[in-house]
Amino acid sequence: MSNAPELNIDHIAKLARLALTPEEKATFAAQLGSVLHHIEQLAKVDVTGVEPTAHAFAVTNVWRDDVAEPGLPVAAALRNAPAQRENMIAVPKVVE
Amino acid sequence: MNYEAVIGLEVHVQIKTRSKVFTRVGAGYGHEPNTLTDPVVLGLPGALPVMNKAALDAIIKAGLLLGCEIAPVCKWDRKNYFYPDSPKNYQISQYDQPICLGGAVEIELPGSARNVMGEHKRIPLTRIHLEEDVGKLNHGATDSLVDYNRAGTPLMEIVSDPAMHTADEAFAYLTSLRATMIYGGISDCDMEKGQLRCDANISIRPVGEKRLGTKVELKNLNSISFVRDGIAHEIKRQIGVLERGGTIVQETRDYDGMTGTSQSLRSKEEAHDYRYFPDPDLMPVVVDVAWKDRIRAECPELPFDKQRRFLAEYQLPYTLTSVLVWDRALADYFEEAAKLAGAGKAQAVGNWITNDLLRELGGARLTVAEARVRPGHIAALVQLVDSGVVLTNAAKEIFVEMFATGDQPGVIAERRGLKAAPTDAGELEQWCRDAIATNAKALAEFKAGKDSAINAFKGPVMKAAKGKANPKLVDETLRRLLAAM
Repeated sequence: MSNAPELNIDHIAKLARLALTPEEKATFAAQLGSVLHHIEQLAKVDVTGVEPTAHAFAVTNVWRDDVAEPGLPVAAALRNAPAQRENMIAVPKVVE
Repeated sequence: MNYEAVIGLEVHVQIKTRSKVFTRVGAGYGHEPNTLTDPVVLGLPGALPVMNKAALDAIIKAGLLLGCEIAPVCKWDRKNYFYPDSPKNYQISQYDQPICLGGAVEIELPGSARNVMGEHKRIPLTRIHLEEDVGKLNHGATDSLVDYNRAGTPLMEIVSDPAMHTADEAFAYLTSLRATMIYGGISDCDMEKGQLRCDANISIRPVGEKRLGTKVELKNLNSISFVRDGIAHEIKRQIGVLERGGTIVQETRDYDGMTGTSQSLRSKEEAHDYRYFPDPDLMPVVVDVAWKDRIRAECPELPFDKQRRFLAEYQLPYTLTSVLVWDRALADYFEEAAKLAGAGKAQAVGNWITNDLLRELGGARLTVAEARVRPGHIAALVQLVDSGVVLTNAAKEIFVEMFATGDQPGVIAERRGLKAAPTDAGELEQWCRDAIATNAKALAEFKAGKDSAINAFKGPVMKAAKGKANPKLVDETLRRLLAAM
């Protein structure tokens, strides 16, 4: 299956912070391309008279009251952190 | 060439809720790092967000206070980006269907003098939407440390139209917006705690030009004064660049309020591509009339409306109103005291509050609510002075003791012997007769039409009264006696 014309795999990889090999780029470009083709097919469906919606279910206003409960202990919260110091997650220095 | 600046402000205001916007863990400032997290905050697999009703109530209130249209339906979108402040690589926000549209912030520009009301303007708003705050990065020498306590705190983004033209307008806008949020109980807006944060978009153009110039975004404006200074600095910088024949580069600049300088934060190589899409985990919000009406009933009178009313209803001078109305607790305190003191006493009440009460509160580092002097004390003191029972100087002393002890002014006046004397009119009259009898020269002058000669009698009377006679009463008594001579 051919790549969708608007698919820029380099840009997508950059946005996803992924360093891909040329082989991987080809593989994912083909896979993502077929997803886009599927969306193109969906786009052909006649939706005249159908109101746009963000959800398929007509459910709205799902909420809870503002009551605070204890969260995770610090040790549990940091358990997956590759590096930590002073009970904070240490990351490479980044300034945006 | 003359240039005109065009300024738009993006203000982030944290909503004061007990728990976070999409999960139950507590929200707050000043806690030990990473003690306010849970699987939703950390974006752990399988965690699902659920809206906090109080955050929705609060943003609807903010919208109603600012005259926004509340959208009948709004939804949630994911703003996708990779940065360590966002643990799940997207921020839940509102993209194309924000909850509040339009509206305006009323501002007052500086008047020609401190006691003169300045020009009022309405700065139109584009929108207000609700989103989750992100974590806080602490930048060190070699790495950055991430604290997710702030992540997930309900955050409003209030976007103005590019409709301001001076640093003073931006300052007035923030002052008014902040007061509105505090009045509504929506946020404490403490900029030091990051509860209110402001980014400014600034461009300049030749006067008369309709198109906007290239805009520069100013970040890290962490006090209202820094916003004013930073904008003034940036306008000057841009004019300088153009006058030297340069061009303005679209960039983000960081303003350092301590040094009054700004520096470029590396211009973005490409426009951000946030790939917004509807968050499938959250259902849309439908706001009906009943909900809006319920919130509207909780909306307080805003500072400028209160000021207009204080000017008209209590005939207060502008300076007094401009001290009283910006603090809701103080304004309420004033109204209670003014009502208790009775008609015509509002200005005296206002003077006691804005001079003596605020001075003592400042010295003791207390809030109005904590003051032992309550509105009833102020009203009683005003009545004591007005009826001549205590004199102004004594009243000042009484106030200080009243502030310290919380005792009623009448009790303090009695205990400390601060009541005006004599209460016995006969005694006062005798002192007046004596004073006139011993100063024939002044008597002759007064009789000859020199009104100020009366003052020559007052000294001896006050001396006889040990300084405690009511000057008004002394004057009246002297005039009565002199007229009969």
